[in-house]
Amino acid sequence: MQAEQISVFLENKAGRLAEVTGILSEANVNIRALAVADTSDFGVLRLIVDDNIKAVKALKTRGFTVGRTDVVAVEVEDRPGGLHRLLDMFNKAEINVEYMYAFVRHSGENAVMIFRFDNIDEAVRVLEENKVKVINGSKVYTL
Amino acid sequence: MILDIGFETMPREDLEAIILRRLKATIDRVYANVAFYRKKFEENNLTPNDIQSLEDLKRIPFTVKEDLRDNYPFGMFAVPMDNVVRIHASSGTTGKPTVVGYTARDVNTWAELMARSLAAGGATREDIIHNAYGYGLFTGGLGIHYGAEKLGASVIPVSGGNTKRQIVIMKDFGPTILTATPSYALHLSEVAEDMGVSFEDFKFKFGIFGAEPWSENMREEIERKLNLVAVDIYGLSEVIGPGVAIECHEGKQGLHIFEDHFIPEIINPATGEVLPYGETGELVFTTITKEAFPVIRYRTRDITSLNPEPCICGRTHIRMNKVSGRTDDMLIIRGVNVFPSQIESVLMEMEEVEPHYQLIVDREDKLDTLTVLLEVGERLFSDEVRHLQERERKIAKNIKDYLGVSAKVKLVEPKAIARSEGKAVRVIDNREI
Repeated sequence: MQAEQISVFLENKAGRLAEVTGILSEANVNIRALAVADTSDFGVLRLIVDDNIKAVKALKTRGFTVGRTDVVAVEVEDRPGGLHRLLDMFNKAEINVEYMYAFVRHSGENAVMIFRFDNIDEAVRVLEENKVKVINGSKVYTL
Repeated sequence: MILDIGFETMPREDLEAIILRRLKATIDRVYANVAFYRKKFEENNLTPNDIQSLEDLKRIPFTVKEDLRDNYPFGMFAVPMDNVVRIHASSGTTGKPTVVGYTARDVNTWAELMARSLAAGGATREDIIHNAYGYGLFTGGLGIHYGAEKLGASVIPVSGGNTKRQIVIMKDFGPTILTATPSYALHLSEVAEDMGVSFEDFKFKFGIFGAEPWSENMREEIERKLNLVAVDIYGLSEVIGPGVAIECHEGKQGLHIFEDHFIPEIINPATGEVLPYGETGELVFTTITKEAFPVIRYRTRDITSLNPEPCICGRTHIRMNKVSGRTDDMLIIRGVNVFPSQIESVLMEMEEVEPHYQLIVDREDKLDTLTVLLEVGERLFSDEVRHLQERERKIAKNIKDYLGVSAKVKLVEPKAIARSEGKAVRVIDNREI
């Protein structure tokens, strides 16, 4: 039920992000979703791509530090309160959302959000219990 | 003012007779009481009887910092512990500090030499001394303190840090002598400026600055900004602490070494050959009055030269020029001795850290800053910024805990630190002193 996200360490200086997108482009890897978290000195780029193995190999070869993390892709109703309903659910179940970001494409009528939880198994259980659709990895990469 | 006219202006011939007598007594004592020195003598087929002139000193092997570390903590002490009344320590090359001890007489000798130093720097018993050297294991704070009391001056034991409060004290108590590291002195002037206070309104006449290298340009800047006469003081804990040598405010041309207590030599650091006066090399000291922790031909790693020319102040003791550098990679950051290898051992203790680091030393707002660049490998990396920041903080805390120096840790990408063909460039020192 999980999707794999890759993350890349970047110094906070001009051109670093373009370097990564360039490497992925050369490797013929398609970026499906992306988010950057940064401080004044460095940033962490988080990516959902269509081919993790190819992406990780290409980035590592070029000297980047790359991590892999399990995240959950969740369908969110595309209407006011759609995201709130989910966050409220996690809050009540005492599940921490470490971070989240939006997916570019829709899944049918619904928006898609990527969630990073402190306790992923518990989060997936709560989602299923509440009949929220979780999109599995292989499908996310090609959505 | 010359505090001890008898000793400080003694004719060279008389002085040298005393030096020789004291040297021989010291050699007898270390041979009898310190296993390390006895072994060194035996290995070189020497006995104390072989030392009959000052020239014979050359025959004795050098003592290096490594020797002190090998005998950590008290192995170099020449008296039983019940005669030791004080212990100080300074940082060593591998995280183990160099430990030094003092008998009651040593503490008194040190206080006398510091009193002489303060007097040479312009202080009298009427003065109020604002002592901003750190108090603690570091010899700076307590060394100056005891000297000030011995001189009969009033001492404010303000120690380092809490800079705004220091400015208020200066304003309210009206100290006339400032003792601090030169970089902290300049920092004080900047903080005063920020607070809208001018040193012109203070009562300072003289400042006695040391514990880190500083240039003539920095002296001019300090004198201008702090509105006082600045002199240089030299010392190291292995020899006694501050008060090994002092610049007289009359001459301000090199530091008089208290030769009735310490014998200086300048050597070629590569060959160990003793160099004639005027030539630049590594400064070596032999103590001739210390009881608890005598050192014989101790290599300071400081680079300077000796000047035997008479000085206008009337002191007959030889002068050393300002220290111009180090023979090793030791950094002095805000008065704290830091070896890159110490930082490395702190980093390597953390298993997620890669061995690619670089130290950047800068001087910002007149204060030394240390930045540790550290490459992020897979073990250190996290997809969460919060975790990375926690790691930065943890490393900085470990450095502070082990070395006593604040550092900023900055994570960088792999290969961000230039690889060199031979020895890695571990330190970039951007300070202009």
